[in-house]
Amino acid sequence: MTPLSFGVALVAFVILGPLLGCFLTGADRIITARMQGRVGPPFLQPYYDVRKLLAKERRSLNSFQGYYLILALIMTILSGAFFFAGGNILLVVFLISLSSLFFIIAAYSTRSPYAEVGAGREIIQVLAYEPMIILLGVFFFLITDSFDTSAVASLELPLVVALPLVFAGLLFILTIKLRKSPFDLSFSHHAHQELVKGITTEMSGRSLAVVEITHWYENVLFLGYVGLFFVWAPPSTLILAVVVALAVYFLEIVIDNSFARVKWQFMLSWSWIVSLLCSALSLVLLAVLNGFVV
Amino acid sequence: MSESVKSPWVLHYDASSCNGCDIEVLAALTPLYDVERFGIINTGNPKHADLFLITGSVNERQVPIIRQLYEQMLEPKIVIACGICACTGGVFKECYNTLGGVDVAIPVDVYAPGCAIRPETIIDAVVEGLGILEEKRRLLAAGSLEPAELPKQPSAADKPVRGETVAAAWQKAIANALQTAGQEEQ
Repeated sequence: MTPLSFGVALVAFVILGPLLGCFLTGADRIITARMQGRVGPPFLQPYYDVRKLLAKERRSLNSFQGYYLILALIMTILSGAFFFAGGNILLVVFLISLSSLFFIIAAYSTRSPYAEVGAGREIIQVLAYEPMIILLGVFFFLITDSFDTSAVASLELPLVVALPLVFAGLLFILTIKLRKSPFDLSFSHHAHQELVKGITTEMSGRSLAVVEITHWYENVLFLGYVGLFFVWAPPSTLILAVVVALAVYFLEIVIDNSFARVKWQFMLSWSWIVSLLCSALSLVLLAVLNGFVV
Repeated sequence: MSESVKSPWVLHYDASSCNGCDIEVLAALTPLYDVERFGIINTGNPKHADLFLITGSVNERQVPIIRQLYEQMLEPKIVIACGICACTGGVFKECYNTLGGVDVAIPVDVYAPGCAIRPETIIDAVVEGLGILEEKRRLLAAGSLEPAELPKQPSAADKPVRGETVAAAWQKAIANALQTAGQEEQ
């Protein structure tokens, strides 16, 4: 990754990230409505929502909350820029963790009991998905001998062939990352299963708009993780990666509409069981493929 | 049409009454009427809401709750009184414990009658309210939106019933009872 390629990726992600994220969310809401036998909102509804939130009166219990949320947004943008520029995947992972951290601090800063419950649940979510994400980086290094995401461009076969179980583990925790049922513990897009409004209880107007935009960026980045498994040497495989990422997003919408929220104990224990099983079995699989025992 | 009109988020609160209107509010949120077509989303959080739908007549206990919910909502916001009880107090108007419609507690922008209110009337009332919401948004952007004045803290004792206040009626009744008791003793 050169400074130039990072700059190009940064500008492209800043502009295209929210566009794609907004379209994904808009499509999500229409597909969800159709699955429930409804017509659903206009395709650009998420954009209208954010425009409205930006025009609302500004009021906050803690004047620093807005800065924390802006920092969360900046960390997400940097993380995405490093990812799509072919940068270090560990840096990507830790920057996005930092973004979650600022989001949690923003919720705690208001001292509202409902926001604190949401923030506590967000911490449990981070605890649940983080092992799999870090193991993803480790397995990435085992296959490509590099932590740079650009290394997939020199592979002869896609990562998913060597690491099918790691991909399965990623799919499991992706539901947490995309904030979909049954793992949407900290805040849900659907009001009917919410304790006031979870971690976003005290975020209103402009702050809530920043949260929405951050979520758009995050969705694009996390679907990028999925696409990473389907890119190898020929540049045309990028199209395959995009198609697979969209298919996975559709799968997540189906899951979102099929399940009610679970308890945090279930989410935490099963995401750790799945993460550890998937990575242990992947090690065995790799050893067999390489013809030796590690 | 601006974005505030395209994305009104709803908070609903059921004050004291038969609850029929609140069930109709929920009916309007079901797939049959599918209000999300207009970008309407039901939220449980006053800080995210633009529309405040209230059903039922208001009694003294509910005034602080309704006022708190109203004050937690951010401008631009509008209040819709859903059903005849929320508009005027309805059949409960002359009960000793009710104060009247929602407008005894907070300023109301749209009055939607009905007993129980029909989901179609609720949707009509929301569409009517969106014009007011847009007007408030323009005023807020121009910096000239005056915060709506809350009505004076009402009390059930001062409520006029058949020409006199409840407090006066009680005083008269007690005086009568004492007089009768005095006559019996003699």
